[in-house]
Amino acid sequence: MSSLPPYATTGQTIWYYAFRVICGLIFFFLIAPIIVIIPLSFNAENFFTFTPEMLRLDPDGYSLKHYQDFFTNSDWQAAMWNSLKIAPVATLLSVGFGTLAAIGLSQPHVPFRRAIMAILISPMIVPLIISAAGMYFFYSRIGLQGTYFGVVLAHAALGIPFVIITVTATLVGFDNSLTRAAANMGADPVTTFFRVQMPLILPGVISGALFAFITSFDEVVVVLFVGSAGQKTLPWQMFIGLREQISPTILAVATLLVAISICLLATLEILRRRSERLRGMSPG
Amino acid sequence: MSDATQDGPMLAADGTPLKRSLNRALRRQKLRALMLIAPLLIFVLITFIAPIADMLFRSVENDIVADTLPETVEVLADWDHTASDLPPDAIWPAFYTDMFFAEEKKLHTRLGTRLNYELTGVSSLFRKTGRAVGRFDTDTYTDQFTDLDESWEDPASWVTMMEDDATREALPMTASAWDRWTAYLDTEGDDPAEEDIEDLLFTMLYLDLAAQPPVSGLSERIQQAAAAVPSFETVDLQAQFLDADEDWADPQVWRVIQTYAPRYTPGYFLNAVDMQLTPEGVEMRPDNERIYGILFKRTIFMSVTITLSCILLGYPVAWILANLPMRTANLLMILVLLPFWTSLLVRTSAWKVLLQQQGVINDILVWLRLVDDGNRLIMMNNQFGTIVAMTHILLPFMILPLYSVMQTIPPTYLRAAKSLGATNWTAFWRVYFPQSVPGIGAGSILVFILAIGYYITPEIVGGTTGTFISNRIAYHISSSLNWGLAAALGTILLAVVLLLYWVYDRIVGIDNVKLG
Repeated sequence: MSSLPPYATTGQTIWYYAFRVICGLIFFFLIAPIIVIIPLSFNAENFFTFTPEMLRLDPDGYSLKHYQDFFTNSDWQAAMWNSLKIAPVATLLSVGFGTLAAIGLSQPHVPFRRAIMAILISPMIVPLIISAAGMYFFYSRIGLQGTYFGVVLAHAALGIPFVIITVTATLVGFDNSLTRAAANMGADPVTTFFRVQMPLILPGVISGALFAFITSFDEVVVVLFVGSAGQKTLPWQMFIGLREQISPTILAVATLLVAISICLLATLEILRRRSERLRGMSPG
Repeated sequence: MSDATQDGPMLAADGTPLKRSLNRALRRQKLRALMLIAPLLIFVLITFIAPIADMLFRSVENDIVADTLPETVEVLADWDHTASDLPPDAIWPAFYTDMFFAEEKKLHTRLGTRLNYELTGVSSLFRKTGRAVGRFDTDTYTDQFTDLDESWEDPASWVTMMEDDATREALPMTASAWDRWTAYLDTEGDDPAEEDIEDLLFTMLYLDLAAQPPVSGLSERIQQAAAAVPSFETVDLQAQFLDADEDWADPQVWRVIQTYAPRYTPGYFLNAVDMQLTPEGVEMRPDNERIYGILFKRTIFMSVTITLSCILLGYPVAWILANLPMRTANLLMILVLLPFWTSLLVRTSAWKVLLQQQGVINDILVWLRLVDDGNRLIMMNNQFGTIVAMTHILLPFMILPLYSVMQTIPPTYLRAAKSLGATNWTAFWRVYFPQSVPGIGAGSILVFILAIGYYITPEIVGGTTGTFISNRIAYHISSSLNWGLAAALGTILLAVVLLLYWVYDRIVGIDNVKLG
C-alpha cells in the first residue's frame, strides 16, 4: 500500500484515505496523552486543564511555578535523590553479573541452558505485584525489608532479564575466532575480554544497562513494599501524589521524565545503528 | 576414519585416547560456562527465586496456632467434636498456660486476628481473654501456698527445686510450665531467680499435687504442701474463662482452633476461591461473602477486553509501519517507542488528568457542546478508565511483535493474490491475515500476561469497580495483614501467568523476545 495505483476505484480511494485517517487517530491516541501534559505542566493555576489564558497563548497563563515547587520541595528532592542513589547501583549490579552470565550462556556447550535461562528471565515474567509480595515476605524474614540495600537488590534482580536478553542478542553475532586469535597472540582471558570482546559487545551492554536503569528508575510496585519511607523514590512520590492529594507538580515531574525518556530513546537508536553498521548492515 | 596401520583407539598428541581428551576439553568448557553463569544464578536465586518460594510456602503455612497454643493443640488432637460438645477438662489448664504465655509475649492478638479470618468474632474474644488472663482468681492458690510456707514466694528456691529430677517427675505440669517460663525470661534477658513467681505456676503446682498422692523422697516443703492441698480453696478455671468471655462455652470456637491446628493448611487457598475449611469439611462461603470469584472473573474479563482493544488498535498501525517506506516508518515508529519508554506513572497521571470530570476530554466535549456542562461524563474510577488507560499503556507491546512478524511477510504474496483475481478483502483475509496470526498470538499473550498482573494503573484510575486481583493482594499485604491469603491469591495468579508463559514459549520461544 505504498501508494495509490492510478486505476484504483472510488471505493478503493476512499478506503485508502480512511485507513490512513484511522491510523493517524491511533497514533494520536498513542502520543497525545504524553504530549498534553507538557503544556499543562506550565499552567499558572493549580488546575489540570487548559485555562482560557493558556488557550489565548497569554504569557500570564504560563509559569514555571510547578517546576520551582519540584526543585524546592524537600519531599520531591529527597525522592529524586533516592531514585538517583538506587538506580545506578542496581544497574551496576545487574550489568556486572548479567554480562558475565550472558557470555557464559553464549558458549556452545552449556548444560541445563533452558532451565537456567528460564530462571534468569523469570523476574520479567512474574507479575510485579507477586515479586513485590514475595520479596516483602522474604526480605522481612532476613531483615532487608525497609533498607536501601534491600531495594537495590530487588531492583537489580528486576533489571537482570533485560541485560541478559540484550547482551545475548549481541553475542549471537559475535565471531568467536576473534577471541581465539587474541589468545593465540598471547593475550590472557582478562585482556581478551576487555580489549577484544568488550568493545564489540559494548552497544548491547549499554542498551541492557539503559533498560536496567529505566526499570529501576521507573519501578514503583516493588519499592512500595520492599522499601520504607527512607527509600521513597520519585515514582513512589508520584504514586502518592496521584492517589492522595494530586498536585500539578506531578505534571512538571512527568514532563522532566518524558525528556529523560526521549534522551534514552535517542541513545538506544544511535547504539542500534552503530551496531548494525559494525555488522555490515545498512543503517535503517 | 579408519586407519589400517594403527591398532586400538586414536591417541591425542599427549598420548591419551582422543575420545577421553575431547571429553575432558568439553567438560572444561562446560565448567567454564557454568562458572561464568554461577554468580548471577546464585544472585537471582537469593534475591528473586527465594522470595517467590517463600510466598508459595506462606500460602499453606499455618504455624501460628500450634506455636502459640502448643498444649491446647495437643489436648484438642484427641477431642472428637461429634462425641462431646466441649473439649475434655484437661483443656482448661492447658489453655490457661498457653494464654498466659501468649499474653506475656503479646502473641494472642495476632492469633486472634489469624483465627478471625475463619470465624468472625474470635479476634475480640482473644483480646478480651488476654486482658482477663492476668487477673484470674488463681492468686488464691498463691496466697494459700505462701501462707503455708513463706519460702514459696522466693524465686531462687524454685530454681533449685526445679533442678531436682525427682521433683520434676512428680510435678509434670509445674515442670513444663516452669520450663516455658524460664525460656520466656531468657528471651527477655531476665533471671528466673529474681522474677516473682506467677499465679500460673502455683496453679500448676496445685493441680499436680491434687492429681496424685504425694511421693516420698521430695523436699519437706512439697510434702507439707501436698498434705495441705486437699483442704485448699479451689478455683474453677473453666468458670474463669467463661467469666472472661462466655464464647468459650461455644463449641464452634474450639472446633475452629482444632481445624486450624495443623502446621499446614489449605485454608488460604480455599479462601482465595471463596470456599471455607470448616470442621465438617470443605464448603462454599455464604453468597454475600464471595468476592474472589467475582474479582478473578473481572480480572480475566478486563484483561481480555484490553487484549482485544490492543489487537484492534495495534493491527492497522503495525500494518502501516510494515508497509510504508523505511524512512517514514522509522519516524512513525518513534510515536510507538516514546510511549513505550515513558514512565508508567507519567502515562497513568496523563490519563488521570485527561479523564477526570474537570479534565481535558470533558472540557473539549463541553466546548464542542456534545456534553452538557452539568453532567460531565464519568470516565474514571470505573472499568472504562482502567481499560482505556491500560490499552494505551500496553499497546506498544502489541504493535512491536506484530510489526516484526508483518515485516517478514513478502508484499508480493498480496500482489499475486490480487493478480489472480482476489478482491482487496479476500487477498487480505485469505493471504495476508493467516500469515500475521503468529504476531497476533505473540502480542496477545504478552499483553494478556502483563495486563493480568497490573497494579498501579487500576489502583489510580480504577476506583472500586475497575480494580484487579493484584489490588486485592496489595490490600491484604499492607492493610488487612492477611499475608497467607495474599500469598494464596498470588500463587493462583502466578500459576495462571506461568501457564500462559509456557504457551508463549511454545509459540514464540523465549529466546525470540526482542526489546525496543
